[in-house]
Amino acid sequence: MDWTWFHKFGSPPHVYRLARTLTPWFAWPAGILIVTALYGGLLLAPPDYQQGDGFRIVYVHAPSAWLSTMVYAVMASAAAVGLIWRMKVAHAVAASCAGIGASFTAASLVTGMLWGEPMWGTWWVWDPRLVAQLVLLFLFLGYIGLRSAIDDLGRADRASAVLAIVGVVNLPIIRYSVEWWNSIHQTPSVMKMDRPSMPMDMLAPLLMMLLGFTLFFAAVLLVRLRAEVLRRERGAAWVKEVVS
Amino acid sequence: MIGAALAVLARDLRLALRRPGQVLQPLAFFAVVTVLFPLGYTPELDKLRQIAPGVLWVAALLASLLSLESLFREDAQDGTLEQMLLAGQPLAALALAKTAAHWLLTGLPLTLMAPVLGIALGVPGSAMPGILSSLALGTVTLSLVGAVGAALTLGVRRGGVLLGLLTLPLTVPTLVFGARATELAIAGEGLSGALYLLAALAVFAVTLAPLAVAAALRIGSE
Amino acid sequence: MFAGLRFAVSGGHCLQVVGDNGAGKTTLLRTLAGLLEPDEGEVRWNGQRVHTRGLEFQREFVYLGHQPPLKDDLTGRENLRFGLALRGSLPASDVEPAIDSALVEVGAAALGDRLVRSLSTGQRRRIALAALRLTPARIWLLDEPVTNLDAAGQAVVASMVAAQLDTGGVVVAATHQDLGLAPERCPRLLLGRRS
Repeated sequence: MDWTWFHKFGSPPHVYRLARTLTPWFAWPAGILIVTALYGGLLLAPPDYQQGDGFRIVYVHAPSAWLSTMVYAVMASAAAVGLIWRMKVAHAVAASCAGIGASFTAASLVTGMLWGEPMWGTWWVWDPRLVAQLVLLFLFLGYIGLRSAIDDLGRADRASAVLAIVGVVNLPIIRYSVEWWNSIHQTPSVMKMDRPSMPMDMLAPLLMMLLGFTLFFAAVLLVRLRAEVLRRERGAAWVKEVVS
Repeated sequence: MIGAALAVLARDLRLALRRPGQVLQPLAFFAVVTVLFPLGYTPELDKLRQIAPGVLWVAALLASLLSLESLFREDAQDGTLEQMLLAGQPLAALALAKTAAHWLLTGLPLTLMAPVLGIALGVPGSAMPGILSSLALGTVTLSLVGAVGAALTLGVRRGGVLLGLLTLPLTVPTLVFGARATELAIAGEGLSGALYLLAALAVFAVTLAPLAVAAALRIGSE
Repeated sequence: MFAGLRFAVSGGHCLQVVGDNGAGKTTLLRTLAGLLEPDEGEVRWNGQRVHTRGLEFQREFVYLGHQPPLKDDLTGRENLRFGLALRGSLPASDVEPAIDSALVEVGAAALGDRLVRSLSTGQRRRIALAALRLTPARIWLLDEPVTNLDAAGQAVVASMVAAQLDTGGVVVAATHQDLGLAPERCPRLLLGRRS
């Protein structure tokens, strides 16, 4: 099997050009989907019989939470590729993911708190999903912290890659333990929208939003990746050409 | 390979015996932290008993973290870590040996101290076997997970705080299962389910953590 | 750090790596020892590309870096015993006699039972030389082997290196000082800004 297509991804100028070409293909559909989904979710979908209009925040909360986990998985996979095949570009991808992932996680926490406040009158409750998101935020912050604490870039790449892989292996276990803890202590729960019984006009905007967020992540990742690649390849001739 | 691993274990134990002060520090810390809670909360044993599981486990966790910082640091500074990297032996086995030494010098003593501190928190004598077994299993996992953090933060400035940030999220399962086991022990109920979960975590950690530690040590020695 | 480096050393020969501070002598030795991975290029042993981090290859060489690996809180003998146990190349009954004769050879017989913490830098280096003597390996990678050694110590190094070469071994050493060998036997590799 001819693996040249794979190894081309090891070339920073190639990746840079590819990222620049692909960005609009993700950005525009993302924008359209998100706007449509917001219209459908905020205006068209009927109010929930229990929560009234308050539930609408799920259209931002659920996709954020979903994306936060997905970004961590992408980050860990890219880090693993970088570690195994020694591809610096893969490490650049992982580095670019970290900030995005932390932001999605923080967004899911904030929207989760906003969602819950009207129901319990307090800003924080130990809902297992919120707790799991909090731990995920710490995992992202730990990754970012380790990267910034190591001066040598190659070593920072490889050490944080090991950390990301360790994190992604542990994440299911952490989530399971938090659910287990919840089942014992009966913590209050942010209203869970039962997916199978959710009517179509509530579900459709949610799925659309999910897809829109995913494309948005891809677009932002490509933009950050371009900046990261330029920064890493500062001295190279092709960078000088691009910048001038 | 086993001979080399045992040599590492024996060496670390011998070194620790020549510096007993360093071994006692985490234990003293464990005691101090535990004692702070009644002072900060209430002296009523009934109320303390309710928070005892959490207090004991968090204090044990923090005390373990203290001694993890220096797990690899001295070896890295005097060149003996490099010696292990080049010894022609599987690095994961040597890493496991060092972690085993850490557990024998920190985790196990903490476990043995816990009943005494438990009494100070109003824990009944009937709960002691449960506390001992759950902490014995839990501290094994803590040592292993902490070793990964220690290896990753090798030589990093102010690595101690970062070590905590990296390690603590990974210890959540151990904390959850361990505290629950202690809670059940205090209530006099069967805790074998929680113990099995703790044991599963320990097995998982023993199998995989040394590999991560070895990878991190190689990266940190470049 | 450096590029376009290509060299080969065969059995019974030595290579002396010289260059200014920061030219990369230590980096080169560490790369040969597998502690660093080169961005490009490879290391070969016996004509085959070696995985420099492979355990098999690690048994073929001994690396003696700037700082000899010694625990301050152990005696010289205890350190040597640990090194041997780690490597596992000597049966248990041979360990003590081997340590005794190695210490005598490097002129450190009186130092063996003192804690390393109480030894001077030169004395520690002698213990490190004893460790070198105790580890059978075809390849020696030595980073500044004679620093901090007095004339007697340097003579010991010279005779050890000569003995290693006589048995068909390979020595790659980074050092400014002469190893006491004829130049044909030990050519120099100059690392510098132009290399």
